[in-house]
Amino acid sequence: MLRGLLDRLGAPFEKGGPLHRLWPLWDAQDTFLYTPGKTTAGPSHGRDRLDMKRLMFTVVIALAGTVAMAFYNTGLQANLAIGRGATPLPGWRTAVIEALGIGFSPDSVLAAVIHGGLWYLPVLIVTFAVGGAWEMLFAIIRRHEVSEGFLVTGMLFPLILPPTVPLWQVALGISFGVVVGKEIFGGSGFNILNPALTARAFLFFAYPSDLTGDRIWIAADTAPDAVSGATWLARFSLTGNEAFAETFHPAGGPGITAWDAFIGFLPGSMGETSVLACLFGAVVLAATGIGSLRIMLAVAAGTLLMGGLLNLVGSDTNPFFAVPFWWHYLMGGWAFGTVFMATEPVTAPSTDGGRVVYGFLIGVLVVLIRVVNPAYPEGMMLSILLMNVFAPLIDHFALRSNVRRRAAAAALVPEGGG
Amino acid sequence: MLEDYLNIAVKAIFVENMALTFFLGMCSFLAVSKRVSTAIGLGLAVVFVLTVTVPLNHAINDYLLRPGALGWAHASLTGQDLSFLRFLTFIGTIAATVQIVEMALDRFFPTLHAALGVFLPLIAVNCAILGASLLMVERGLTLPEAAVFGFGSGVGWLLAIAALAGIRERLRYHHIPAGLRGLGITFLLTGLMAIGFLAFGGIQL
Repeated sequence: MLRGLLDRLGAPFEKGGPLHRLWPLWDAQDTFLYTPGKTTAGPSHGRDRLDMKRLMFTVVIALAGTVAMAFYNTGLQANLAIGRGATPLPGWRTAVIEALGIGFSPDSVLAAVIHGGLWYLPVLIVTFAVGGAWEMLFAIIRRHEVSEGFLVTGMLFPLILPPTVPLWQVALGISFGVVVGKEIFGGSGFNILNPALTARAFLFFAYPSDLTGDRIWIAADTAPDAVSGATWLARFSLTGNEAFAETFHPAGGPGITAWDAFIGFLPGSMGETSVLACLFGAVVLAATGIGSLRIMLAVAAGTLLMGGLLNLVGSDTNPFFAVPFWWHYLMGGWAFGTVFMATEPVTAPSTDGGRVVYGFLIGVLVVLIRVVNPAYPEGMMLSILLMNVFAPLIDHFALRSNVRRRAAAAALVPEGGG
Repeated sequence: MLEDYLNIAVKAIFVENMALTFFLGMCSFLAVSKRVSTAIGLGLAVVFVLTVTVPLNHAINDYLLRPGALGWAHASLTGQDLSFLRFLTFIGTIAATVQIVEMALDRFFPTLHAALGVFLPLIAVNCAILGASLLMVERGLTLPEAAVFGFGSGVGWLLAIAALAGIRERLRYHHIPAGLRGLGITFLLTGLMAIGFLAFGGIQL
């Protein structure tokens, strides 16, 4: 019945119909509800249940844990800070919470989820509205179908932003990411750099005061200095191992423990703080083969080697050198970047050997940027972007070495034999 | 001591990359980056020319051009300042070195020579080469430091053009908007690559 209704409604969008230029819009919602009926006309074709739609949807499922954290942890951090003397930020969000009479209790899960949602959802909605509009515009003008690829970019982008990012910057950032990062290279599947990271890097360098510092990671006004709003990564880069001993709140509670960092109830970008949630995503992606386990392991190996090396070398002036290497796994965006960004199949190399080199170099670079480069406390975004730039070259050399190896193997087979 | 040289090399390759931080040598960077093998060939030629010309120009500057440099020849010449000849002599040195490289390539690697075409002699006026020599004077490097700096600058440029060529080989299969095909997309790509290279920006060595 629904199918018949859709066919009647869709008629004007068909070729020759009055609205045929808007066909991609119609097609997008039509194929969202139904599997496309078209099959290949040629004699031979492979069939795989894992089409683009399902692939992208699996990534969204893998992101479930981090989205839950974006709701809960964003609110929890704000409410914890408010409980310790920070004031709620003035604005409509506080007005909504007061009108509903929920309050800012850090003990109430509901209060935290609602407070977090009031920060996370607007960012998500703006991302999808603005990014989706660009996607539609390009689909109509360039006469291609609306791709599901944007679904993932649109999910990833809000998760790597700090909760307090201004919404107009979200709109500007996703516009840059979708148009310059992806569409001008030919749309989904043709991007050279990860669009979500391109968007974030654009904001990071264009508006550093809103994307860095220690005032943006908690959605509450921490100005009374009752609470430190800095991320733990930033504190590690200043004081090294002393951050372990530093008291977490004025009442004299414990410093950060590895368990805290693993579970992720810490200040940070909205979806990146929980290693546990990213681990869930890693299992989903690796089990379905969508994200390359090889890359994830290579990143971990690179981080281990470089972090361990810096531990051994030590430094008198830079206390970050002494932070045990495994803390790099737990802090900042390492887990999120490794699982969801470095494994993106389009921007990563497509050869097995290339993937190992690519992942390993990301792991090495992220430690180097975090520890050695005083300009940025976090290095995950930039190290992945840099390796995106080199991925095609890595593939080139991996292919060349494969060709040479096989040529050598072929030369060993005697003429006429084999 | 060794650490100083290492720092200069790392800085020249990554932190202050000739192509992606200073945007020097853009003409050949954009024009000869369609294929990885050709790009690497040109890159190696640039590495060689830089490694030779930067220390050579350093010696020329130190013993002939800078204020008071001629003091070693005769005491009456200590007051002389020939640094106004710097551009002219530096370009002369570079042109001569490029000529030697070209003849060597023509003799030993004729296919590469043909692939590089007009861009090989154009290295003579490649601003990355002259830029490195001028930066070397500006920073007051010593002779061995100048050699390391020249080599590092060349390797950085080689890395950048090889990466660009790798991407452009892939771009051939992309459905790029008609107005952006060719140089347009390459310019935008260079900008995006520079964002990636900002990862090293701010490292103090």
